[in-house]
Amino acid sequence: MSLLNTLARLEAVRAGRARPLATVRHRHLSERPLVLVPLTTAGEAGAPLGALVGTDPARPRLLVVPQPRDRDLRWAFLADLADEVLPYVEGYADDVERVERTETDPETGAKSKVEAELCLDAPQLIVPSRAGIEYVRLLGRSMRFRRTAEEDPENPYPAPSRVPLLGRWFTHLGERSRVPGASMLLSATELLGRHWATGQSNLEDQHLGALLSWIVPPEGESGAEAALRAELGRDRDGQLLVPPAGPATDPAFDNKLLAPAMSRYDAARSGDDPRAVARAEAAVRELVAEQMRPAWRAVWQSLELLRTLPPGERAEERWTRDRWSYTGHRDRVRAGEPPQPRRDDAVTAAQKLATRETEQVRLDAQEALDDPLVMAGRRLSGEAFAGEVTEIVMGWTESKRPSPRPLVTVATEDRPQLAEGGGKVFRSLEGRPQAAQFVRFEEDRRLIVLRLLDKMGRGREPEPGSVPEKGDRVCWTLFEHDARGGPKLPDPEKTPWTHGGPPGSRAAAPLPDTVTDEDIL
Amino acid sequence: MSSYPPSGPPPTTTLRQRLADLRGPAVPPRPLDARALAALAANPGCGRRALLDGAGVDKTALASALGSPSAFGQSQFAIVRGNAFEARVKGDGGAELLRLVHEHLGAGSEPPGPGAHVPDLTAAGPEGRAARTALALREATAAAAADGTWTLLDHPMLALEVAGSPAYLEPDAVVVHPDGRWTVVEIKSFPMIDGAADAAKVGAAARQAAVYVLALEKTAGKLASAVVGHTVLLVCPKDFSNLPAASPVDVRRERAVTLRQLERLTRVEELAAALPEGLSFDPARPAEELTEAVAAVSAAYAPECLAACELAFHCRERARAADAVTALGRSVRGELGTLTTVEEALAAAAGSGGTEDPTAASLHRAARLRAEALEAAACPC
Repeated sequence: MSLLNTLARLEAVRAGRARPLATVRHRHLSERPLVLVPLTTAGEAGAPLGALVGTDPARPRLLVVPQPRDRDLRWAFLADLADEVLPYVEGYADDVERVERTETDPETGAKSKVEAELCLDAPQLIVPSRAGIEYVRLLGRSMRFRRTAEEDPENPYPAPSRVPLLGRWFTHLGERSRVPGASMLLSATELLGRHWATGQSNLEDQHLGALLSWIVPPEGESGAEAALRAELGRDRDGQLLVPPAGPATDPAFDNKLLAPAMSRYDAARSGDDPRAVARAEAAVRELVAEQMRPAWRAVWQSLELLRTLPPGERAEERWTRDRWSYTGHRDRVRAGEPPQPRRDDAVTAAQKLATRETEQVRLDAQEALDDPLVMAGRRLSGEAFAGEVTEIVMGWTESKRPSPRPLVTVATEDRPQLAEGGGKVFRSLEGRPQAAQFVRFEEDRRLIVLRLLDKMGRGREPEPGSVPEKGDRVCWTLFEHDARGGPKLPDPEKTPWTHGGPPGSRAAAPLPDTVTDEDIL
Repeated sequence: MSSYPPSGPPPTTTLRQRLADLRGPAVPPRPLDARALAALAANPGCGRRALLDGAGVDKTALASALGSPSAFGQSQFAIVRGNAFEARVKGDGGAELLRLVHEHLGAGSEPPGPGAHVPDLTAAGPEGRAARTALALREATAAAAADGTWTLLDHPMLALEVAGSPAYLEPDAVVVHPDGRWTVVEIKSFPMIDGAADAAKVGAAARQAAVYVLALEKTAGKLASAVVGHTVLLVCPKDFSNLPAASPVDVRRERAVTLRQLERLTRVEELAAALPEGLSFDPARPAEELTEAVAAVSAAYAPECLAACELAFHCRERARAADAVTALGRSVRGELGTLTTVEEALAAAAGSGGTEDPTAASLHRAARLRAEALEAAACPC
């Protein structure tokens, strides 16, 4: 897979524009995603400077903190952000379908069908870059333990009422984004980087402007030139032509434009002319907005580009898992559970890791099955092979009711890593995996003989279409098409002492972060 | 420089003169700092960086003169915040900082009281300050042995010879324990949230601290009772506040790696000796001349340089102009083996490479598979 991507990069260098890495879109895209372009203050942890947020490309909501060191202004910003994001996130909570899911009784181990609610759709947040995803996590962490005036009347610095809830949702989205293939919180750079290879390094691809320049270079210009200009081009005042997509700002912008504007705002506030304050605030707002607008447009442009690709067949199945995740967190919030803990207990942490591993295996398999270009990578690495069926020899099991076990010979140029003496291979038969046993190589590994094992019906004769015919082109994989979950973990109450023992009383709500008078700077 | 360089180091006056010529007559030398050393150790194969840093060339000015200005710079917000936090941590005669050191690395010793020393380290010039620091360290170690006193050295100056030229390093603080142990303290302004900080930033801080540990070991080598702790204390803001939180960081690995890298750094005099006579990196010279001068020293460019070296944009431009695959990343270069240019690699992909080179053969196969897959996607028949 990796060499194939390298080849695509090399081709992009020569072509002067990006080359495809995928023939289908491997991530679900919502019909109505919420785009969030955040900016942060340099040197300060979780002190937002501004944000553009919204579901309509033409009408973003602009939020700016004219003085990030002022705690009240910061809370006002986060409250506004909550007003914008929460209605969107909660908007998916009430449209549900009833589905059956299998649950295992913890006592008896018996499996039973339980009817459960599943939200029909889920929210999807798009940020410009990987750093933006980390920033959403950070904001989530900074907000979810805050207490509002209702929860804690004694608190000298209460948070606005909906801010802790936004923190819990941001934390959930951030956590979910670590699951491979999950699509509730995505970054434009990673989405584009998954589907296109540019003629620059991975590191340089983190710049959304440069990445887009490679994919859609302006008329009469090569991707390399356009990317260079997007990355480094500065105007006469030393300001970047394409400001970084955040959340960090360009130091030249901070020092030359933002700092003086903020000082003017501070000066106006210490005076007593409300109009001067309004003017100074408007100036800061305009400066910050100017930094964010290119990224806002770039994210929407990225989404348009991605929509030109046909959706991958199995991406929808993975989105269902996101819907389950959303429904689960909705239920936890509704049940009044406390915010996510600072650190997971041993069992939860192990579960999260196991989920990520399983999902990674699933994602790798599904992407290959959806996309011949990804499959080509697996064929190159010997994990799959494709070829023409040259011969079918019928055969049966030797039981009382013989089942079909035909021998299929496939001619291939691929070099699968099959060892004599067995090993199973799989192919997709109408979306379901059909297994076969590797029997032997023939003619210097050019022919591969397989014995089909299942999906041929109950009768003596295989069902029509279940056995490939001579001349068919088939693709077999050495990996399984569905991921298997890991071993079952104990309940948190039964955590062994080697892993810290059972977590302490779950009822105890986590303490809020210490807040001091001079919390900031 | 026609003859082979003599086996011993050439007389330092000559080298100093030679380096001054390289720098340009009117340009004062730029001292090496720990950040530069850590970056240098991260890319030890780069002769260009070793020579320019060793000669004290101002790479920022050089990059601008070359027409590829570096994009480094720090926001004043970050500087203000960093300074404010450091001042807060060291405030009150270093009481809070000593408390943190005792709490995390105290090893059962008496907690520091109001009797802790904070010696004055001011002196003229880096050499003077380094000498003053060495003296203070000796006194503090003696005082610790005598009556178990804690000493905090605020911004000491340490000297370390790197690739034949002296570097002066300034750690945030060094603490001398009552048992004579010296601990490097690194104060950073990135947050430690729930006891964990950004791994990349902690790694950079650890590499930097390892350089300080090495420099301290030079000084400690001259004292019988002094030991340099291989665990440094990293002090960061706690969560979203400006209260300090500290965490011990074991830098044995970084120290060993840095030591090895610094030892194998090509010595500056060898690099300088290999250069043609009359070459200069004086930023006042015209760009073409400078480009030629810089090209005379070989570089090892990788995209990672962009975050660590002022000259990286220039090197990238040259690497791209030379069609080098390393511009696409170290991993790409590693994958392609002997195929070092894009043209070579693409030629191999097209099938001209023959079958002897396994990389060329698999690249050819990859190209066939890719073409087949793209064709299949274009016409779903």
